[in-house]
Amino acid sequence: MFIKPATDIPSSEITSETVYRERRRFLTGAAALAALAVTPAQAALPPYKKNAHGGGETANSWEEITGYNNFYEFGTDKADPAKLAHGLKPRPWTLAIEGACRKPKSWDIDELTRAFPLEERIYRLRCVEGWSMVIPWLGFPLAGLLKQVEPTGNAKYVEFVTLHDPQQMPGQRRAILDWPYREGLRLDEAMHPLTLLAAGLYGRELPNQNGAPIRLVVPWKYGFKSAKSIVKIRLVEQQPVSSWMKATPREYGFYSNVNPEVDHPRWSQAKERRIGEFLKRPTLMFNGYGEQVAQLYGGMDLRKNF
Amino acid sequence: MAFHRNPKFWLFLICLYPIARLSVLAWTGGLGANPIEFITRSLGTWALTGLLITLAVTPARRLSGHGALLRYRRMLGLFAFFYGVLHLLSYLWLDQFFDWPAILKDVLKRPFIAFGMAVFVMLLPLALTSTHAAMRRLGRNWQRVHWLIYPAAIGAVLHYAWLVKKDLSQPLIYGGVLALLLGLRVFWRHKKQRRDKPAFVMSNS
Repeated sequence: MFIKPATDIPSSEITSETVYRERRRFLTGAAALAALAVTPAQAALPPYKKNAHGGGETANSWEEITGYNNFYEFGTDKADPAKLAHGLKPRPWTLAIEGACRKPKSWDIDELTRAFPLEERIYRLRCVEGWSMVIPWLGFPLAGLLKQVEPTGNAKYVEFVTLHDPQQMPGQRRAILDWPYREGLRLDEAMHPLTLLAAGLYGRELPNQNGAPIRLVVPWKYGFKSAKSIVKIRLVEQQPVSSWMKATPREYGFYSNVNPEVDHPRWSQAKERRIGEFLKRPTLMFNGYGEQVAQLYGGMDLRKNF
Repeated sequence: MAFHRNPKFWLFLICLYPIARLSVLAWTGGLGANPIEFITRSLGTWALTGLLITLAVTPARRLSGHGALLRYRRMLGLFAFFYGVLHLLSYLWLDQFFDWPAILKDVLKRPFIAFGMAVFVMLLPLALTSTHAAMRRLGRNWQRVHWLIYPAAIGAVLHYAWLVKKDLSQPLIYGGVLALLLGLRVFWRHKKQRRDKPAFVMSNS
């Protein structure tokens, strides 16, 4: 297995081993309990490389990350997914990569996580609602998977489609959004080394409420761009219309980059509350990942392309 | 003194439930990952619930025939105001930490916050003129001042509906109850006018 070293991350950003271990010891109990409660026969994730992109920030607790979720497929209250996601069956699961590519392929989820070496990435996550967390994801760069299917010249965008099954996802019984949930990225955004397909968090398999068994993580965009429980990735020529764009085009644009200067029509995006903190902190341009991603948007009016 | 013989004493205790619940949850770590949001929203929904209960007193009297229910309306209204004040305080203090420039920006940016503030401004004179002395002093004008509860309640529902990202089901439930309570008043007034009308016509002929 070849693991590309993360050259763009200064070593100061990597969580120290002692801090990591302490945190891990505290979590093991809770995580083990949660895993037992979900499915007793969960297959273990393959070994992974420890790595960090967190800016040296402390990750939120397992309880915070798995108990406070926006996942409308399981209800609109942030406590709903933790309560209602037990009906989701993350195995067996097939992820199809198709569309404008020479070698479309359907992957079994476990084959996928064996074929693409997992690494830990500690990312900030900023929700469009004005709160944020720091999450130790376990995943692999989407770029590797996309390269493998050999996108054709017509592939300009990538569309992500979430599972549509009201039996497993009770929130889909109400037409809150136009199901299935869809999201999209420009091809270069999807190929960016920070863009991750995550299969785990805190060293364990992704809990259902966090988008099991496989989800997108795009850390410089608002959280809703990171589609969960993905069944299909399509390479397309036209800019996809995401579920939120379709629901309220005035409020949600295609790019949805974290931007403290461009407000949501109904609220300011200048500050955010980090879950677990009392005072709000200023929101950073591109959620603090500007150095890595700003060049993707050179010459673009980010007010217009919100 | 036999406090417990007075129904008002028990009503007072019941009205403290939302605060007792929040205290217990805070004590047991049950406020979730975002306690400030939880507290602010909980106080807001209780303030709105209090307004609706206060507005339900008149229809309840009429439908049940228990005119004495009127005695409890002031306490219910004052509790609605109390939770409204706590809701506002939790926004100003817990959420914004008295960052006045940010609050001003927020009010301009988010019309629903301006709506909430307007509701507070409308409820304030109601609370201040809730004493017997004020009722006597104001006379007929007391009714006129307290008519403000109608726009305040409508504003409170809009304040809620406007903040929701997509799922309007909760604000719609509150809005539906308010529509029913206001609708009953309109219906009764209309019926009364129709009943009064012939007499008026006859006296003129």
